[in-house]
Amino acid sequence: MMLPAVVKRIFLVTGIMLVFLGGAMLLGVSMGSSGAGWVAIKESVSALNDPGSPLHSIIWKIRLPRVLLAALVGAVLSLGGLVFQALLRNPLAEPYILGISGGAAIGAIIGIMIGLTGLAGSWILAFAGGMTTLFIVLGIVSGATMMKKESLLLSGVMVNAFCSAVIMFLISLTMDARLHNIMFWLMGDLSSAGPREITWLAIAVLPCFLIVFRVSHAMNLLLMGRDMAHSMGVNVRLTTVGLLILTSFMVSTTVAQVGLIAFVGLVVPHLLRLLLGPDHRELVPACIFGGAGYMVLCDLLARILPRHGEMPVGVITAMVGAPLFIYLLRRSSS
Amino acid sequence: MKPAISVENLAYAYPDGTHVLRGLDFNIAGGSFFIIIGPNGSGKTTLVKIIAGLIRPGQGRVDIMGEPLRAYSRRAIARRIAYVPQQTAMDFPFFVSDAVLFGRAPHLGAFGIESGEDRELARQAMAFTEVDHLAGRRIDQLSGGERQRVFIARAICQAPEIILLDEPTASLDIAHQLRVMDLMEKMKAEKGITVVMVSHDINLAALYADALMLLQRGKLVAYGEPGDVLTYQTLEDTYGCRLLVDESPLGPMPRVTPVPGRYIL
Repeated sequence: MMLPAVVKRIFLVTGIMLVFLGGAMLLGVSMGSSGAGWVAIKESVSALNDPGSPLHSIIWKIRLPRVLLAALVGAVLSLGGLVFQALLRNPLAEPYILGISGGAAIGAIIGIMIGLTGLAGSWILAFAGGMTTLFIVLGIVSGATMMKKESLLLSGVMVNAFCSAVIMFLISLTMDARLHNIMFWLMGDLSSAGPREITWLAIAVLPCFLIVFRVSHAMNLLLMGRDMAHSMGVNVRLTTVGLLILTSFMVSTTVAQVGLIAFVGLVVPHLLRLLLGPDHRELVPACIFGGAGYMVLCDLLARILPRHGEMPVGVITAMVGAPLFIYLLRRSSS
Repeated sequence: MKPAISVENLAYAYPDGTHVLRGLDFNIAGGSFFIIIGPNGSGKTTLVKIIAGLIRPGQGRVDIMGEPLRAYSRRAIARRIAYVPQQTAMDFPFFVSDAVLFGRAPHLGAFGIESGEDRELARQAMAFTEVDHLAGRRIDQLSGGERQRVFIARAICQAPEIILLDEPTASLDIAHQLRVMDLMEKMKAEKGITVVMVSHDINLAALYADALMLLQRGKLVAYGEPGDVLTYQTLEDTYGCRLLVDESPLGPMPRVTPVPGRYIL
């Protein structure tokens, strides 16, 4: 049977991105503070099945969980950016820029401060925080100005600034040993999670990926305008509201786990759109696997660039993303 | 011929209570070219959006092909009615061939995957509106006239029984206006599609329409054949300016000539 052309392209794109992700994960697992370069990769591969080697437990216990977490986080943040850009029809929309990550961070910090243990508590508070900021931003720009790119971004920036102030206030109340943890987590910390957290995060976000892929063609139609999409059979309200809630949920749980990692949702969808065009049936799988690979590479850089210790991965993603954002803003306003 | 669209006692008001449409009763014959005219703010766009199922009517009844609009699912309406809005977003410009192919959406399965057959229908639709040579271009790179023909091709690709267009000739030069109107005429004649169009151009409307409807402040002023609707008395009362109406040199339809500087308050 001949496969439809779209399906062939989806398979091709997914395959290429999987190869990229696989390569990134191989590098991520085999390199680290104990060594980088070809030798490290060869040593790591031979240590995989050798329980006696010191590398063996480093790889299985430390690097692999971290690489898997990075991949999940990268997929969530990239897909989150893609969805917001399509729903708001704004190529500069992104969970961090819109303040959703900041709101989720407030929720998560409150969770830490009032001593909520366990995933469920911090996730629910983070989700509540993320949804609150989302509705504040959308409320500010609702109605006639909704489509104005700049007003949406400005509202997001302001809500984000407010969130930062609240976060700083909350931190100033915290005087004990948790302070350093919170600060490090805020800038994006992929080292905190163990297998249990990673499993739960995967259980939470993987179904979301499937749902987003299921409505990817509706996202294409929404890009042509709400009325047009509606007239072609899309349930615009259900799709829009559902996707906003779903995406905020994915992003919030991720923020609760790894903190604020900026601009990934801007960089990855933008590069993939340049490569693949605007069809979301291809962009959704590409963002999931390509974003995962991108984050694994950013984390690798965060681990091997500093001579001592490591830096938060959010530093790397912001250093790549902020210049790109400025470039896109300049181009879109000209 | 039995009506494709039948409207009974239709009214609509904004949430703040402003009346947009009141007490409309009319039928649109299947396979006809029906044009809605009227001053700015007379409710033309709202009426078309209600028929397209985009807005729920405040009161009254709309039947599409003999069945109440309310009984249709969103996708079922989309398989019968295609809608070409005044403006289409282009922040993420698709290729022309993809934009046309999107018309198949209401006919596709769960994941929105088009088959080879769908591609063939899109190709035919592009040939019909003479945009096949533009297939590989992006819609933001086209001229206004080309873009309008692409969106009409998308509507044809949707394989509807009714097509609704909201001022498709606005901001087009006169040759492109004629091309759009001729295209609608051809669609009616060759495919039997019912064409419902909102227009500001009374003269073009008179040349092409099988039936015309004149709206003013949400009320139906006149409806019927162009010769019955387009009398100078009705038009002057509705638009509030001096107009001369005589017979078009092309045939028995009326021709309207505006008189500069003469407003009726």
